[in-house]
Amino acid sequence: MEYVSPEGLRLDGRRPMEMRQLRAEIGTVAKANGSAVFEMGNTKVIAAVYGPREVQNRSQQINDQALVRCEYSMANFSTGDRMRKPKGDRRSTEISLVIRQTMEACILTHLMPRSQIDIFVQVLQADGGTRSACINAATLALADAGIPMRDIVTSCSAGYLNSTPLLDLNYIEDSAGGPDVTVGILPKLDKVTLLQMDAKLPVDIFETVMGLAIEGCKAIANYIREVLLENTKQLEYRRGL
Amino acid sequence: MLKSNTFSRKTKAGRIKKEVREIYLRDDIYCGAAACKTCDSSTSRAPLDVASPLLILDTNVLLHQIDLLENSAIDNAVLLSVVLDEVKNKNMAVYNRLRALSTNPLRKFYVFSNQFHKDTFVKRMDGETPNDYNDRAIRVATQWYQTHLGTAATVLLITNDRDNKRRAGEEGISADTIQSYVKSLGQPELLDLLVQPASESEDTVMVEIEDLRPSKRQVVYQEHKPMSEITSGLHRGIYHQGKLRVNRYNPFQAYVGSESIGDEIIIYGRQNMNRAFDGDIVAVELLRQDQWHEEKNLSIADEEDEEEDDVHLAPSSADDAPRTTNLVSDSATDMNSTPSRPSGRVVGIIKRNWHSYCGSLEPMSMPAGTGSFTSALFVSKDRRIPKIRIQTRQLENLLDKRIIVAVDSWDRQSRYPSGHYVRVIGEIGDRDTESEVVLIENDINSRPFSSQVLACLPPLPWSVSSEDVANSIRQDLRSLRVFSVDPPSCKDIDDALHCTALPNGNYEVGVHIADVTNFVHPGTPLDGEASQRGTSVYLVERRIDMLPKPLTEDICSLRADVERLAFSVIWEMTPDAEIISTRFTKSVIKSCGALSYVEAQARMDDSRLMDPLTTDLRNMNALAKIMRQRRIDRGALTLASAEVKFQIDTETHDPLDIGMYQIREANQMVEEFMLAANVSVAKQIRDCFPSCSLLRRHPTPTREMLEPLLCTAAAIGLELDVSSSKALADSLDRAVRDDPYFNKLIRILATRCMTQAVYFCSGDLSPSEYHHYGLAAPLYTHFTSPIRRYADVIVHRLLAASLGIDKLPPVFQDRSQLTSIADNLNYRHRNAQMASRASVELHTLIYFRKRPTDTEARIVKIRSNGFIVFVPKYGIEGPVYLTGRGEKGSGEWHVDEQQQKIVKMDNSNSNILSYSVLQSVRIHMEVVEPQPNRPKLQLTLIT
Repeated sequence: MEYVSPEGLRLDGRRPMEMRQLRAEIGTVAKANGSAVFEMGNTKVIAAVYGPREVQNRSQQINDQALVRCEYSMANFSTGDRMRKPKGDRRSTEISLVIRQTMEACILTHLMPRSQIDIFVQVLQADGGTRSACINAATLALADAGIPMRDIVTSCSAGYLNSTPLLDLNYIEDSAGGPDVTVGILPKLDKVTLLQMDAKLPVDIFETVMGLAIEGCKAIANYIREVLLENTKQLEYRRGL
Repeated sequence: MLKSNTFSRKTKAGRIKKEVREIYLRDDIYCGAAACKTCDSSTSRAPLDVASPLLILDTNVLLHQIDLLENSAIDNAVLLSVVLDEVKNKNMAVYNRLRALSTNPLRKFYVFSNQFHKDTFVKRMDGETPNDYNDRAIRVATQWYQTHLGTAATVLLITNDRDNKRRAGEEGISADTIQSYVKSLGQPELLDLLVQPASESEDTVMVEIEDLRPSKRQVVYQEHKPMSEITSGLHRGIYHQGKLRVNRYNPFQAYVGSESIGDEIIIYGRQNMNRAFDGDIVAVELLRQDQWHEEKNLSIADEEDEEEDDVHLAPSSADDAPRTTNLVSDSATDMNSTPSRPSGRVVGIIKRNWHSYCGSLEPMSMPAGTGSFTSALFVSKDRRIPKIRIQTRQLENLLDKRIIVAVDSWDRQSRYPSGHYVRVIGEIGDRDTESEVVLIENDINSRPFSSQVLACLPPLPWSVSSEDVANSIRQDLRSLRVFSVDPPSCKDIDDALHCTALPNGNYEVGVHIADVTNFVHPGTPLDGEASQRGTSVYLVERRIDMLPKPLTEDICSLRADVERLAFSVIWEMTPDAEIISTRFTKSVIKSCGALSYVEAQARMDDSRLMDPLTTDLRNMNALAKIMRQRRIDRGALTLASAEVKFQIDTETHDPLDIGMYQIREANQMVEEFMLAANVSVAKQIRDCFPSCSLLRRHPTPTREMLEPLLCTAAAIGLELDVSSSKALADSLDRAVRDDPYFNKLIRILATRCMTQAVYFCSGDLSPSEYHHYGLAAPLYTHFTSPIRRYADVIVHRLLAASLGIDKLPPVFQDRSQLTSIADNLNYRHRNAQMASRASVELHTLIYFRKRPTDTEARIVKIRSNGFIVFVPKYGIEGPVYLTGRGEKGSGEWHVDEQQQKIVKMDNSNSNILSYSVLQSVRIHMEVVEPQPNRPKLQLTLIT
């Protein structure tokens, strides 16, 4: 299968180094302390953050830092075939864990001892790169909730098909069976908090693919910062400042 | 700009699913015209020339007129991506040819991604068929080109779709059919390349021809079933799908290997083949069991031009041998035996395998008027292909030429498919032309290497640099007494040997192989070309290299007295040839002598010579003999083939003499060490890369395959045990008669029953299947000839990676890609062999043209009207007829199947004359020309 035409265009008309269209909205769930919808092309994810609040299950309470919990789920209508997704299957447990660890790395948990932060992410529409979209949505929601963080976390995936590194794989490219490198970074600190790949790739190619994913993360970080800035301006305006 | 593309798709499970895909529309797709000011042409190719008319080609034009498009007269064309996608779905071969055109710097073909351009994107309308959608997209793109380039350029839509043309006219786009466009160019020779449209065309020329032959308008073949019916038939198990393979020696018989019934279905006669070509994927319906035999008789009777067996080269393995060999038992004589394999008939063709074919026109008288279209019948060189009807204006030119013809269609009314002329190769019978035909027939690329490939070569003159010597991965073995032994006048020396006696009484033996991978890096055009060619091809008078000449003959070749880079396998061996240790290293060597087999043999035999090199040779020979004996004890087969060698006149390149290839001890010595090196390397790479090694296996022949051998053996009272390779080897050794040639003959017959060894990717099979039957080795690969075989290049890379010298190229991560490489290598390897054989056959014919000869021959098979003889001296095989062609079954001769005998009875029922298998007969060989320009070798019995 030809995923990149000799003219250098991908199946959806993007060039190899291009990302899908990004869109973000903050404050979509009124009840939550912070919430956001994040879109990468046709992938659409909603995130809601509750907390910091009292720990529900006392036995889980940690005395010197906050407890971060994360729940990932996929809406039944998120994929074309309306399959009932059992809650707590391997895949969503794994992604929940991935998101929790990634977010924990940037939340200043020591500032909120004996409290709990809940992050709920749900995929509304899946078209590849859900993991990255979830992390980006969670970042926005955490920022919206005003939870202290070292830096924002952004994530992006990159793959390698037809001997070409490709940024931000969509579903068709994702299901091609090639390597899919998901990277999460703290853009200001320039640190990697997440790196996943479940295929074999020679080291030198891996480095270029990962470099590409990091570039993508940085671009997303710029966008997220813009969105947050815009949101803050709106809040300012509403308060009449 | 973002648009989405929504469509419904049926899933495998049969449900309808809605798919939504994004489409990003761009403003950075350029028109490709060099003169265009608005488009930034600096970054990409812009071949189009605004001064001449710009052609926008429709899908049907691309699909049918590809041969025309490859002619340089048609140029300055835009290939729209929507059109290319459609072509790709319909015919991958055409797509690849178009892609080659669009990257060829000499041609002005430009691919315009119209689907992603913001101005030419067309949204699918409700209820619009894909065809209408594509046509609309083409028209929109044409319109855009016209407005974009302005009045300076003429943009012409070339379409053969009448509806599309009409609508284009309505929308104010100038459109034309390919026929009238070609006519407007005023180059009559192009018209031959033009595929005539199907019969509903308005083209007047076509109508005339139809009128001329009204009698032909009758239905000859049954209708193909529609695709939907075939699919449901396959589902229900009424039809069986498979690839049709036509018998190379009897074009009226074909086989379809079907997975659904797990057996081959035989198809007798053109009627049942129902217009299918060799290699087509077809749907077959089984005939009723009682028709299975009936069909067989019919098949011989109803063919108007039954062809007889030609004299050909003696086959060297089961793959080359006529397929009829294992059908001997169910030939017409034993009708009441158990029903043979199922037979069937083709009901539909799922995928065509049409390409172009080499051959010549059937001799015919010249029509009165020249210059007008005449139709002629084309006879392919490949006998599996039926005759093809073509239309030509240049009949007088083509009659005595070898030409290439492509097939276009085959409708029910015509006995033969219709096609069109592509190009002339040369005069029939001319040696160069015929060699060219051999190459084309076997799909061998003999074109010179492209400039991109040549750019990958190191600068010449090349020599080993100090960096190479200093490189820590390379061991300096220049001090060793390394030498090579090869056939005389061998220029591509890829292996050399050394043998040093160690103080502890053991020997250090090294095999040094040219380090080709030092020059051929993965991913370069050079590597791509080599991987495509797969192997060098050796014809009688020329060699088609896999790698460019400087590499083949100089840089890689381990010539005498120059320093060369090598990849070495070095063993420590006891005097009993037990391997104590093996090591692999890249090295620098300096060969002290490039010996020929004859020279090496002479040195070993000359007891006066005591120089160190000769001593090395003798030591090695002693070791090789022990290794060989051990291998034979393990059950390796000593097989024999009837290889022949030509002596070629250096001036005229005509063959002067032929004789059997002589095998000396020196050959066996070199072979033994090469085998050992291959086995050692195979172990090493298998251990390091269990799932992605390239190995070579030789499947154990089934009893069915050995049937002809056993049949023959039984007839002459010889018992062969075929239960294992060891048993077979032993019984072959015991098969000795007072006749000195008898054993060799039996071995030749045995070899013929075996299939060829094949390359495979170790991840594709289980370890028990890795076995090499002929060599009785559990693991085997090819390592020793990287200059002429690509498999060895791959193995070199694997070995280097296993030693940590190099990184493993990414190809090895992808098993499917590796499998396709292995498949290509097998295909190329086989074609190369077929080409060499065809070349030898051609030269045999040239040789005997001037020299009718009487010679000794051996009967190898009995037929109902004669027998097949094998001529050991010249390595050829062919039929000898006892009865003339017309008087078939005159009753004089009786075939005794059991005894493999043909007997002539007289009235008193006592046999006067009998010929049995393996009997020696004298025959006369002569070249005859039954038809002008069609010489063939005829064998007749001298009684």
